[in-house]
Amino acid sequence: MYQFTYHRPASLADAEKLFTGADDPKFLGGGQTLIPTLKQRLASPSDVIDLAAIPELSGIVAASGAVAIGAGTRHADVAASAEVRKAIPALADLAGWIGDPLVRHRGTIGGSIANADPSADYPAAVVALNATIYTTKRAIAADAFFTGMFETALQPGEIVTKIVFPVAEKAGYEKFRNPASRYAIVGVFVARTASGVRVAVTGAAPSVFRQTEMETALAKSFTPEAIAGIKVPADGLNADLHATAEYRAHLVTVMARRAVARALG
Amino acid sequence: MTAVSMTVNGKAVTADVEPRTLLVQYIREKLRLTGTHVGCDTSQCGACVVHVDGLAVKSCTVLAVQAEGAEVLTIEGLARDGKLHPVQEAFREHHGLQCGFCTPGMIMTAVDMIRRHPGGLEEKTIRAELEGNLCRCTGYHNIVKAIEAASQTLQHREAAE
Ligand SMILES: Cc1cc2nc3c(=O)[nH]c(=O)nc-3n(C[C@H](O)[C@H](O)[C@H](O)COP(=O)(O)OP(=O)(O)OC[C@H]3O[C@@H](n4cnc5c(N)ncnc54)[C@H](O)[C@@H]3O)c2cc1C
Ligand code: FES
Ligand code: FES
Repeated sequence: MYQFTYHRPASLADAEKLFTGADDPKFLGGGQTLIPTLKQRLASPSDVIDLAAIPELSGIVAASGAVAIGAGTRHADVAASAEVRKAIPALADLAGWIGDPLVRHRGTIGGSIANADPSADYPAAVVALNATIYTTKRAIAADAFFTGMFETALQPGEIVTKIVFPVAEKAGYEKFRNPASRYAIVGVFVARTASGVRVAVTGAAPSVFRQTEMETALAKSFTPEAIAGIKVPADGLNADLHATAEYRAHLVTVMARRAVARALG
Repeated sequence: MTAVSMTVNGKAVTADVEPRTLLVQYIREKLRLTGTHVGCDTSQCGACVVHVDGLAVKSCTVLAVQAEGAEVLTIEGLARDGKLHPVQEAFREHHGLQCGFCTPGMIMTAVDMIRRHPGGLEEKTIRAELEGNLCRCTGYHNIVKAIEAASQTLQHREAAE
């Protein structure tokens, strides 16, 4: 790991000030992606600004048809939250399937979505539930947040503060895991709300995306059978040593069917 | 250098460290507590598991400076008055180790897992909860048996108290 200067600000204002004053700064959430990256010398920030001591970033609040989760909330706390389990059980399931218990004890939801790994789990929930991402500067709609592989709408120095998830009538998540890393080879989150059905796919492409053909079919009939015949094109999907693009395309339909079954179950 | 203070196995410790020092390096190289192991470079093997403020974490994926003010428990802090912790005892009894390299991490993960499941542990749950700990020797079977037994011992002990 290269040398850096470490800071632990106690407020968002201080964190922003430190960021502006530094050469090449990086925020630190739970460190479960950033620290491995630093260890591999794939990043060499001049300053690491730890967000862990900022009280504004913590806490889960369920109220009037939505659940607000502070960006610093750890995966284990989302998985174990009675509020989340009651309001959006699929979201608690998803958090409990990230990595392993040790990673879940440190990794945060804000770090996960800011990182926008193509095979991360949370982006699927954020997009399917049509969540709103609040930052130190503005509110960003889910559809505008994930802009590419490891790319988001966040500007330099902008900190994710909380994510607000509207409660769905029915929601389900299924992932086909990489057996070594637990990341999603393909993960599909389906959600039905008063304004319609949304289907978000992670792991399959460079960035999370909506499968609109399935959304239309599920809006007519919210059953696994309604989408069983949908063939997802393999063009533009990821291909690596874990799975070909064709296999991923096939998995999208299989995971979507299972996610609908889980939402109904 | 940054000054960092924490409690390790009940003892207050303070030292100057480079911010890039990992918690596992601090524990092994500064404190000379070498029971905590390093088995990989990729945050995947779990040989380095310790508890920070009561939660099992990979100490190779935490900076020492992040543990400022924290309570840290390592494998050396489990035994009491020369007596092994029930989880350590169960690993011995059920032959839950061969070379022993993964064992400190396995045991620290097991202690945390048992604490989070006071109602007891099924084999399926134990296997799922061990996802962050790799063993190249045992095939996991006896590790699972040891954790199942230790969970029962600890439940009985709580009931008796
Ligand atoms: C062994 C292992 C297995 C894993 N398996 C999975 C898995 O199955 N599924 C999955 O989804 N993930 C998985 N992960 C990743 C894990 O979920 C990470 O916790 C997550 O990707 C990053 O969150 P973090 O809080 O650790 O962020 P960090 O690593 O601290 O930061 C990641 C990035 O986000 C930025 N950042 C952090 N917080 C904020 C904020 N509030 N505002 C703006 N920017 C911020 C940082 O600057 C950095 O660029 C795994 C990780 C490991 C080590
Ligand atoms: S040394 Fe392998 S996970 Fe920490
Ligand atoms: S006993 Fe040898 S690695 Fe587990």
